[in-house]
This record gives sequence, structure tokens and C-alpha cells, in this order.
Amino acid sequence: MADDKEREGPDITVAEFHKKIKDAFEVFDHEANNTVDVREIGTIIRSLGCCPSEGELHDLIAEVEEEEPTGYIRFEKFLPVMTEVLLERRYRPVPEDILLRAFEVLDPSKRGFLLKEELIKYMTEEGEPFSQEEMEEMLSAAIDPESNSVHYKDYIAMMVIDES
Amino acid sequence: MGSGTSTQHHFAFQNAEKAFKAAALIQRWYRRYMARLEMRRHCTWRIFQSIEYAGQQDQVKLHDFFSYLVDHFTPSSNHERDFLDRMFTEDRFPQDSEKFGDYESIEVPDNYTGPRLSFPLLPDHATALVEAFRLKQQLHARYVLNLLHETRKHLIQLPNINRVSTCYSEEITVCGDLHGQLDDLIFIFHKNGLPSPERAYVFNGDFVDRGKDSVEILMVLFAFMLVYPKEFHLNRGNHEDHLVNLRYGFTKEVMHKYKTHGKKILKILKDVFCWLPLATLVDEKVLILHGGVSDMTDLELLAKLDRHKIVSTMRHKTRKENGKQMKKGEANQKSSAGRPTPWFLPQSRSLPASPLRLGSLQAHRAGRSSSIPCGAPRDAKELARQVRHSVDLELDRCRQQAGFPVSRGTEEASLCTPEADSGAEEPLEPTQEEWRQVVDILWSDPMAQEGCKANTVRGGGCYFGPNVTERLLQKYNLQFLIRSHECKPEGYEFCHSRKVLTIFSASNYYEVGSNRGAYVKLGPALTPYIVQYQANKVTHMLTMRQRISRVEESALRALREKLFAHSSDLLGEFKKHDADKTGLITLSDWAEAVESVLHLGLPWRMLRPQLVNSSTDNTLEYKSWLEDLAKEQLNRENIQSSLLETLYRNRSNLETIFRIIDSDHSGFISLDEFRHTWKLFSSHMNINITDDCICDLARSIDFNKDGHIDINEFLEAFRLVEQSCSEGNASDCPQTTNTN
Repeated sequence: MADDKEREGPDITVAEFHKKIKDAFEVFDHEANNTVDVREIGTIIRSLGCCPSEGELHDLIAEVEEEEPTGYIRFEKFLPVMTEVLLERRYRPVPEDILLRAFEVLDPSKRGFLLKEELIKYMTEEGEPFSQEEMEEMLSAAIDPESNSVHYKDYIAMMVIDES
Repeated sequence: MGSGTSTQHHFAFQNAEKAFKAAALIQRWYRRYMARLEMRRHCTWRIFQSIEYAGQQDQVKLHDFFSYLVDHFTPSSNHERDFLDRMFTEDRFPQDSEKFGDYESIEVPDNYTGPRLSFPLLPDHATALVEAFRLKQQLHARYVLNLLHETRKHLIQLPNINRVSTCYSEEITVCGDLHGQLDDLIFIFHKNGLPSPERAYVFNGDFVDRGKDSVEILMVLFAFMLVYPKEFHLNRGNHEDHLVNLRYGFTKEVMHKYKTHGKKILKILKDVFCWLPLATLVDEKVLILHGGVSDMTDLELLAKLDRHKIVSTMRHKTRKENGKQMKKGEANQKSSAGRPTPWFLPQSRSLPASPLRLGSLQAHRAGRSSSIPCGAPRDAKELARQVRHSVDLELDRCRQQAGFPVSRGTEEASLCTPEADSGAEEPLEPTQEEWRQVVDILWSDPMAQEGCKANTVRGGGCYFGPNVTERLLQKYNLQFLIRSHECKPEGYEFCHSRKVLTIFSASNYYEVGSNRGAYVKLGPALTPYIVQYQANKVTHMLTMRQRISRVEESALRALREKLFAHSSDLLGEFKKHDADKTGLITLSDWAEAVESVLHLGLPWRMLRPQLVNSSTDNTLEYKSWLEDLAKEQLNRENIQSSLLETLYRNRSNLETIFRIIDSDHSGFISLDEFRHTWKLFSSHMNINITDDCICDLARSIDFNKDGHIDINEFLEAFRLVEQSCSEGNASDCPQTTNTN
């Protein structure tokens, strides 16, 4: 969503970023008091165009949390940190072809698909494992029920169209 | 051996590392995808909510319109005066209360295959009714009226606050807003069981409006209430109100389903609604009411007042604070009796004769008096003052009868002691305090911050904070509050440290897949047990992604329509950001401009990708963007785009005004009335459309050229109404979003 390339000078860019961050933050500011639940921060950061790993996310949260964590993140703390992230273009998302190669690593025999059990194994045992909920949600959209497998090239294509 | 194994290990390790990294990459990407879906879901919700509440604010604007009319409109002819009369006169107190639900003369034809009722109702009848409605049958008007008549008799003996005990029935199920969604009610009975002496139910208001089966829901609820009077309870909601119904679809539904007897049905319903209890108390510990509370909520007062006096919460009363009140009926009794009627007052309107009517003309503002002396005026100035005063009286009476805010300028009447009236009439208007108490419990919403402030979004009631809740619970020794009134994504929501539970039972309220419905069960321990559902098979088969897409598309459609409706203002605003007249503005300016025109408080930068198709270099060619918007909406080439835009923007208000003018609910208004309405409306709204244009428009709609316009045809001709709902399609038709 926030993929626009800023061509103007840095000040305008910062102002732009501030507005974008504010908009995204406000969506989750249910009590209209410039705070959001810490559990929503990941969603906010990711919808601003960043693609951090869980580990990187935890580091970010530590930066914006209060000294004594309250479970809430204040906008005043979030804004400067997030602006830096956007200015430095940190946590850029992977391009489609790299993603495809990742799937191919998991499919060394180059069948073009992964079996449901294989997908489950990799996603819940490797990397930064999915929760059961995350796994179920991915399966519901990815798995072709007839073959009980995910044709990852089509899957990626489908998800990418969704985003644009 | 050694090096071989280590190479194998090395490769194995490398492969494992690669797999680890690949998995991590995929997970990272996937989580971002899900986060963006989540964001879209939230934004979609915001769109629906802001459009819904913006619609309610329009109600305030509608009131302003009528106030404006009454304040500024000088009838220049008898004809126009009559027209104004028609707009404001309401037959509030029927002369003959026996005529209520006069159903016995209505014959049911032999070929009627729908359900038949006989009274007293038996449980089987109620069950059969549910089944009949499930099979899409319609109850004959005779039985509708009969049922309403019996319902009214029953309701009259109920107290304002129902008291229920869990010793009686083992469990109590509380349901929230249904809004005409019969599928949800049927589902609840199917999943939770039908009402019975062991299974008590409380329905917490807002049974009607918006959905398409409000009539059927009422029939079922009233039937069960008659069959199980001790176990089945109903609370009044803010939509159980004939003025609100004019706007939100219930009036239309009744007239559509019951063409011959609809008017009778609406009439008795108006009364039935006022007799609905205001709240229910379970075991003296759990208070159930529709909206909420305020820092002034006084349960004793609420229990004592005559709830029947509150015909509509849309009525404002402005009693003077000093509490001086006129004896009812006297003021105008005098004016109707001895005083000569000023020559310019409409002769056509006769002052009411029956004592009942007189009561309704009471001076509701203290100090309002029959200060016009009976004798001849002394001089021109005096005459002028008298005349002005009596005109004010008349206008206020109109306003009051129609239930719209009374102009404050007319409050300065001089005091005049009324003559002693032997038979003081029973007050037929609530006091300001009583009215306010009821509005508060029917319209308020909880908020997170402490305190209590006016609910400006809804235009009535307040926002109440956790401290208000706490104080109330302590004052009356209660455990918690159950209320409804607000749609929640999960069908329910706790707040104020779980002291307030919102329960909302209309699933898919905004659109198929938009939200769940829920109901809550209470046992003797009074621990709330929540059950959620979504009464539409389609949603279960969709993935989250598909569900969100569908709902989102619906929200965006509504939003684009709203944008179109403000095209002219948007163009003006865009131009302000384009000083050099390049035809381009930045996307950031776009977001600012749109918010400053629409005032919806939406995260426009988040929504931008879905609303603005292609933008290169972070700029937008705004004129062609607006043209694209128009192309989506226009379906009649011969109608000016700007006119269409205006109609869209004012759709709900126009519809409401039409229905008020159409006082006999025939569904038709004359061409003249249409033109008059439009003239008045456009002058108030400063809309610049020539009369000729309107005449052409009117004539083009009068399809059969008989000088009358079918209101529905008019609205449908401009796609101002969701066609699928008026055709009574299956349950997965989108709910009418009341956009303007």
C-alpha cells in the first residue's frame, strides 16, 4: 500500500510518512486516545509496507514500548521510530521471484507443488513457526482439496493479485 | 570416511539451513499478507460504521430543515399553506380508540393459504407462525391487526421495568438488535430452542428497520409474548418509533406488504411501540436496556413515568427550566373559544374539538399563555404583537405535533395567569426530564474515557464512561449491564471491565460476511455465556480472504457512491490544491481534500489504493478520476450529472420527506407536491437547480401521466434504492446501506 516512491525533498517525505503512519495507527486506536494495543503493532507496521520477521518485530516493539510495558503503545513513541524505519527503507518485502525460489528450496525435486503434510511440517517446525490458527488459515486458501497439495506458483500469483 | 561424512554433514547442514531460511522467508511474507488483510477488514468496518452514523446525523439535519421551513416559509397562497399543513399535521390521537385495529370487518379470502390465528393464542400457534414465515408465507392483515390488538392489551398492563427471575426459568437468553433479519431469529430459535416456561427470552429492542422482514419478526415476538407472558420479554429500542421507521425502511415494508390495510397496521403499531417496556431487570442484579445509561439515569423515575407519553424519541420538548407549567388544554381552549381568529391564519384548519386533541395543544413551554386578550386590540402595534404571537402559537403547534424542535425565539411569551380550570387534564406530553431519561436509555453508547458527554454522532443520548457505569451499578446494587444498539464484529463486546456487555443479534448486518451475531445466556449464577453465529451458509464456505473481499467490495461501492454524491464539492476542493491549474494534485492532497469534504474520519491513505486506480508519480488527474466515478453511477443519460449527484446526496432525506407528505401512505404524491417539496428543499440546502429542470424531471417520472408520482418508482429510477431488497430476494442480498 505504501509503495509510492517519494520524489520530492526529504522534508516533504517525512511529512508524508507522518500522515501515512497516523492514518494506519488511527485505524486501531479504538479509544481515540492515541494508543493501540501492542498486539496490533505488527499489523500496523506491515500494512505500512514493511515485512519484518517476528524477531525484528519484537525488537521494534521493544523500542516503542513504555519502560514499564502497559500492553499499549503510544503514538508519540511510535511515530519517530516508524518514520526512521520508512526513511531507511528497512524490512523491505521480498520480490516475487525470491519467494518462488524459497518454495522451490522446499521442493527440491521440482514437482511444482508441496503436499499438505510437507507444508505443515515446514511451516510449523522450521523458521519462525506458525501457530495452529495461522496454519489452518493458510491451508484453507492454499490447499487444492482434490490433490491435497499447494501449487505454489499459482498460490503466489493469486496472493499477489489480491494485493494490487 | 572422515572427510566424506563431514562433507555430507556439511551439505546436510547447508540444506537444513536453506530450508530453515526458505521457511522463514515464506512465513514472513505470509504474515505480512495477513496483516494487510486485517487492516483492510478494519478499514472496511470503519467505512460501514461512519456511513451508518453519518446517516443518523442526517436526522438532525432533517429536523433543521423542518425548523427552517416553519421559521422562514411564508405561505404565499392558500395552496401552499395547505401543503405545509399536510406536512406537519399528524393525526396523533384518533377520535375513536375502538377503531384501533378494527379487524373484525376484514374478511380473509378462502384461497388464503397462510397461517391463521385464533385467540387466545396457544404455543402451537406461535410455533406454526415461525414455520410459516420460514416458508416465506405472509400473515393476513386481519390476523396482524388482531395480534397487534391483543399485544397492545397485554403491554398496557406491564410495568416500565420488567422483572425476571432465574428461579422461575432455569436460563434466560438475551438477544440484541435484529433489524428485520428474520433468518437470524429463526436461527436463534433453532439453535437455542423455542421459548417455553423453562426457556425465558429477553429481546432488547430494534426489532425493525433496515432488514426486509420486520413485520414477521414482530409477529413472532408478539405471539410468543402473548403465549408465555411470564417468560418472554421485550424492551423498546430506538427503532420502535414511527418517525424513525419513516426513514429506515419499516414503514415502507409495511406499506409494500399490506397495500390495503397497511395504514391501519402502522397506526396501531405506533401505539404498540409506545407501550413497550423500557427495560428488564434479572434477579434485581442484571439490568437490560437497549442503548445505555447517563450520569442522570434515575431508575425510580423511569419506573414511575408514563412511558406511553413518549411517542417518539425524535421529539424535543423545551419546557422552561423554572418549571411553570400551563394547565393543559387551557391555553388553546381559550384561543379556540373567545378570541377572534386573526384573518391570515389558515381558515381551512379547524382547531380541534375533542378534549383529547385539546390536551395535545398544551403550552409545553412554561409561560406560554393565552396572553392574547379577548377584547379588541388597542392599537396597530398591539395588533401586530398579538398577531405575531398567535402565529407563533400556531406554528409551534404544528412543530410540536410533527415532533420537531420548537424554535427558541418564540419562547418569550409574557406570563399570564390562567383561569382556574376545574378539570385539569392528564398531561399527554412527557416532561423534559422524563423525555430525557428515556432518550438516554434508548440512544446512549459506552465509551472508554471517564465521564459523560453528549452523543453528537447519534444526535441523542450520551456517551457514558466506566465511572458512570460503576456509579449506577453501585447506586442500585447491580452486577452488570446488558445493552445492544451497536453492531460489533463478533456480535458482542465487553467493556468497562466487563460491567457492560453489548449484544447484537443481526449477523451480516452491513453485508454478507461483515459480522457475527450473538446472544447471551444467563443462569442462576448470572455468569454470561455467549453464543455466536452467522446466519448465512455462504459465509462458511468462503475463506477469510474471500469474505473480506466481498464485504470490502460492498463497503467500497457505498463509499464511491458517497464520493460521487459530493463531486462538485470535491472538484472545488481539488482545485484549491492545484493553484497552477495543472489538472494534477498529489495523493496526499487528495486524501486531505476528500476528508475535508466528506467528514467521515476515514483512513484515506490506507484506502487510497482501492479508490484511486492508477497514479503515476504520486499524482492524480482529478478531473478524470471524478468522471470515472460518475460513469459508475450514471444510468440515465438524459439526467444531468449534477442533479443526480444532488439526489444521491439527499436521498434519505428526500425519501423521508416524501413519506411524510404522503400522509395517507398511498405511495403516491402529486406532481405539484413533488415540485413544492423540491423547491423548499433546494432553497434550504442552497441547491442551484432550476425549476424547469425539476419540472422536466417530475414529468419524466410520471410514467403513466396521471399527475401522480409513485415514490418507489422515483427512488428506484435513480437507483436510490437497492433493487434486490425491494424484490424480496434471498437472505444473502446486501443490506440497504442508508447512504446519502
